[in-house]
Amino acid sequence: MIAVMYEAQVKITLKKTVADPQGLTVKHALEALNFKDVSGVRMGKFITLQLNSKDKGTAEAEAGGMCQKLLANPIIEDFSLEVKEI
Amino acid sequence: MKFGVVVFPGSNCDRDCFHVVKEVIKQPVEYIWHKSTQLDHFDCIIIPGGFSYGDYLRCGAIARFSPIMDSIIKFANDGGLVIGICNGFQVLLEAGLLPGAMLRNKNLHFICKYVDLKVEATASPFSSQYKKGQVVRIPIAHNEGNYYIDDKGLAELKKNDQIIFRYADNPNGAVDDIAGIVNKKRNVLGMMPHPERSSEIELGSEDGVYVFKSIVKTLTLGFSRSKV
Repeated sequence: MIAVMYEAQVKITLKKTVADPQGLTVKHALEALNFKDVSGVRMGKFITLQLNSKDKGTAEAEAGGMCQKLLANPIIEDFSLEVKEI
Repeated sequence: MKFGVVVFPGSNCDRDCFHVVKEVIKQPVEYIWHKSTQLDHFDCIIIPGGFSYGDYLRCGAIARFSPIMDSIIKFANDGGLVIGICNGFQVLLEAGLLPGAMLRNKNLHFICKYVDLKVEATASPFSSQYKKGQVVRIPIAHNEGNYYIDDKGLAELKKNDQIIFRYADNPNGAVDDIAGIVNKKRNVLGMMPHPERSSEIELGSEDGVYVFKSIVKTLTLGFSRSKV
């Protein structure tokens, strides 16, 4: 049997209720560069995980567990993830 | 009475804490490597400042899962005294021993300077040797000291008198000027400022030594884990 590999792409962002001074500073920099359309910038993290789970559902559950336990801090961050075969 | 100073890979205030306990307040002290799980003979655990695991992912997030942490959580739940300073505070937040989380400083700078703190509560094992309302000079040195807690959590902290230190002039954007808090049982303290760097007059201030003296007083008075 050939093992199917999965890749989970995890996006971690500060909750909307949490101030993001880094995003705000980048927004100001963009405005200073005359990008007039920018009305908001939020910074976050992007993590890719290679998983050798037995199926996609398991890969999603595993990655979700990793986010909850370690990768994101639920007090200040939200996460979303997408799993695909590779 | 025995103090233990936890050492993670990347801790860098461990020696300062060890020095203050051994040479300034003259109490027995040992280093505890983070892979140890044996804490039974300690009365107070100090989680020092530094950059545990390079501050990777989030400050304190990896250290929180070091082998020693389960023992520290048990030690704290049994009522043992635990103090986390700077990165140690971040570890305690990540471990859930204290409420809230740390964000990057509002001005995005690493801030390293003496600050004035107001002592907000003296009814704790860590602050009994201060006077309520006293202003003390203790230095900060951090990039992520912008304490965050939601409104409900903040109301809880206030209701239970858990805020021990506030910044006189907020340097980092922390909610409600919070610099140091205790848990509800009052046996775990987290503070961003470094009392170990201000425990001898040669360093510009000895205002921080009273944190350590308060702990000694508490333990001398027969504080025992089972009574909490």
